Amino acid sequence: MKIKSSYLPYFLVLPAFAYLLFFVGYPLVQALYIAFTQNGQLSLATVRKTFADPYFWEALKYTIALAGVIVPSQVGLALILALGVNRVFKGKDFTIYALTIPLTISDVAAGLIWYSMLSPSGFLNKLLLNIGIINNPIYFFGYQYRHMEFLAIVLAELWRATSIVFVIIFAGLQMISQEYIEAAEVFGADYWTRLKKIVIPLLKPSIQSALIIRTLFAMQIFGIVWILAGRDIPILAGEGFYRLTELKEYDVASIYALVIAGLSILLGALYIKFMKAEYLEVKR
Amino acid sequence: MNEETKFMLKKIAFYTFIFTVVAWIIIPIIISTLYGFSIKEDYYNPEKILPTTFTVKYVKTLLITLGALDGIKNSVIVAVMTIAISFILGIPAGYAVAKFIFPGKDTIKLSIVALRMFPIPVMAIPLVILYIRLNLIDTLFGVALAHTAMALPFVVLITSSIFAGVSKELEEAAMVFGLTRLGSFFKITLPLALPGLAAAAMFTFVMSWNEVFVASILTLSQRTLPAQILSIMAGASGGAAPDYYKFAAAFIMILPAITFIFFARKYLVTMWGITLK
Repeated sequence: MKIKSSYLPYFLVLPAFAYLLFFVGYPLVQALYIAFTQNGQLSLATVRKTFADPYFWEALKYTIALAGVIVPSQVGLALILALGVNRVFKGKDFTIYALTIPLTISDVAAGLIWYSMLSPSGFLNKLLLNIGIINNPIYFFGYQYRHMEFLAIVLAELWRATSIVFVIIFAGLQMISQEYIEAAEVFGADYWTRLKKIVIPLLKPSIQSALIIRTLFAMQIFGIVWILAGRDIPILAGEGFYRLTELKEYDVASIYALVIAGLSILLGALYIKFMKAEYLEVKR
Repeated sequence: MNEETKFMLKKIAFYTFIFTVVAWIIIPIIISTLYGFSIKEDYYNPEKILPTTFTVKYVKTLLITLGALDGIKNSVIVAVMTIAISFILGIPAGYAVAKFIFPGKDTIKLSIVALRMFPIPVMAIPLVILYIRLNLIDTLFGVALAHTAMALPFVVLITSSIFAGVSKELEEAAMVFGLTRLGSFFKITLPLALPGLAAAAMFTFVMSWNEVFVASILTLSQRTLPAQILSIMAGASGGAAPDYYKFAAAFIMILPAITFIFFARKYLVTMWGITLK
């Protein structure tokens, strides 16, 4: 009887664990096999083919560039928003509701929404033209305006995914005990000192998890780019998608997938390292 | 400048900040919804910042002629199957993590989170080959299986925190009065955990509803809404739909999501606070 109950938890966890292991393990092995063999022989031909394609390097460059611009801006913005909203004021509930709306809006929908704001006949252009700030519409879309397309993606992604960072940081902020802050107040610390010496350090774990989760997802950025820029701005997931669905090149698509996996594992290792650090801090 | 004016100025600055933020989030949604229902003459008229004549023509065409209605149906079927499979697998695991202490528990928990971080494209591309072999390609069940892999870690973590919130004394009391562990789970723990589980189900629904990469790759004729919209709006070869269809599409896609968040908003902060701790 006792032996049976000690096996019970494993028995309960096993189905879920096996399922996940299969859906991650099998594709990984399969991707490695497709990418590194040709006619059953070990071969680097596909790797060479992929690396010789300028689109691959462009995609790598743009994926990293987008993450580099978007993620730090999101974390900065979310921190300001969370600190701003974390007090008592009229309309607080509605503000938090508004800030969480984009949580459920998909990247495809967000791309379409921002297209309506930024297209040549869109809201922003019409508004600025009618006020008289500009004489000709600002063009955000089209191959010759790649820099503007990049900006449009950044704007749309900031709008869509800052809310998840906001929620993580806001939840972290609410877990900080009010006693610390009151104590600091008693000793005469002003708002900025309290922020710098107490709030930000205690918020570090939340900021770290938000930072790394967002970076991981930024490696797979797809729908928003595909809607707003298509292949004008190549990205890793987009190129993999294109190679697979348009050209039926399973092998090259697998390399793209593996590069995304490689980048993610690298960042995941970083994540686990940070999580451990946080755990020790709590224990101390 | 005396203290009172300083206070007032601060207050004005703060409310301006809040107003700007709320406007930044809400205005694009309102604008794209208005454009979705405006006639194309209004949209292309440079004098008209906001449309004044409205029509349901484009939304209707998109829903019926372009098959978005089928997309919605498929999305709902996939999401419901995803919830069912991920709950059947996830609830026992979540319960085990919440209520038992056993060797390797932390490692298992961490691995489940780590497996979630595995990028979706890596999963999706090799799955195509497996699915062709298993006759699962272009089936809604196949998409649901892949979406389950995405949602399951989340379901395990969220259900474990929900079960941990149900007090142990109640279960023990039930067992003292003669219920088995399974009986006390169904009679005591499950009913108490129900609201939290409902929130988790809604979240799983939205995750599946929004996912586009897996759905686009694994299906061709049986597409979910985002996959279908993506192929209509941004054909990889550059064949894109006219602007006013894009706005109609945006409206159709966000409506259920916004409705969801209205009902689930009180759970959101706690849910994410717990899952991402």
